[in-house]
Amino acid sequence: MTTADISVREDAETVFYLKDEHDHPEGSSTALGFWIYLMSDCLIFAVLFAIYGVLGANYAAGPSPKDLFDLPLVALNTTMLLLSSITYGFAMLTMEKGRVAATQAWLAVTGLFGLAFLSIELYEFHHLIEIGATPQRSAFLSAFFTLVGTHGLHVTFGTIWLVTLMVQVAKHGLIAANRRRLMCLSMFWHFLDVVWIGVFTFVYLTGMLR
Amino acid sequence: MSSEAHGDHGGHGDQVEAHGSFRGYLTGFLLSVVLTAIPFWLVMNNVLDNKQATALVIMAFAVVQIVVHMVFFLHMNGRSEGGWTMLALIFTIILVVIALTGSLWVMYHLNTNMMPGHDMSQMP
Repeated sequence: MTTADISVREDAETVFYLKDEHDHPEGSSTALGFWIYLMSDCLIFAVLFAIYGVLGANYAAGPSPKDLFDLPLVALNTTMLLLSSITYGFAMLTMEKGRVAATQAWLAVTGLFGLAFLSIELYEFHHLIEIGATPQRSAFLSAFFTLVGTHGLHVTFGTIWLVTLMVQVAKHGLIAANRRRLMCLSMFWHFLDVVWIGVFTFVYLTGMLR
Repeated sequence: MSSEAHGDHGGHGDQVEAHGSFRGYLTGFLLSVVLTAIPFWLVMNNVLDNKQATALVIMAFAVVQIVVHMVFFLHMNGRSEGGWTMLALIFTIILVVIALTGSLWVMYHLNTNMMPGHDMSQMP
């Protein structure tokens, strides 16, 4: 409370709080709230990274990263996620200009790159499980599947969210509420890309160095 | 760096969230491609011939790339939301550092008193 506010109320009894809520425009704090949600998500991943860091070298006489990981495939995967990040950026730019069709097109391209990423990851998981490198094989594989799987689950939900928003935009156009939702998903999507940097560096690349 | 990324939004006033510019996204993308390609190249071709050095270098590349993503894609700067996003970020980074270094440090001797395992590299 500023001194001006206090001086107005000098004649009345002392006021310690405002009875009337001051004005918050609709969605004015969504970005900050969503950012704090992302930070809590960041802590989940930090814990999973810590688990992988602690248990990642316990192979229980099973396969090690060198036996399992296929770096060209991971590079392809990384490319898909990176491309989806920039196409989402383009979707936001066309959204700024209010071009509905172009925004939808960029969102669709982003979704396809997201699906490509998920398909490659599912292919990798399927291959690992088929050769017996299942999550219950060793602590290393448990930690690996939990960390990478959680990231993949986030991408899955992000893709579902993306399709939902495309339906919303098709129905109502680029209204303020839809812009806000797209802005939140943008933060979510780019954040997943940030987490993936940690995954491919910490899990795949340093795993191959062991 | 961030003022360049937000250059297009001077006229919008501070109510509108910044969504970056075409140049900002492209710069971020090109930087990310380079910062991704170099670590993969270092590991796949075993360029440095020293595993510890390679690990440190690729970690450094990851940190730089995370900062690039934060600035160009997530539009982080000290001013957005009155500095509260930056404060939340710093708080989270502190917690992450404590969780990661703490876990690794405490669990470093996890396997010290275990029975020796098989050396699989000696297998045919």
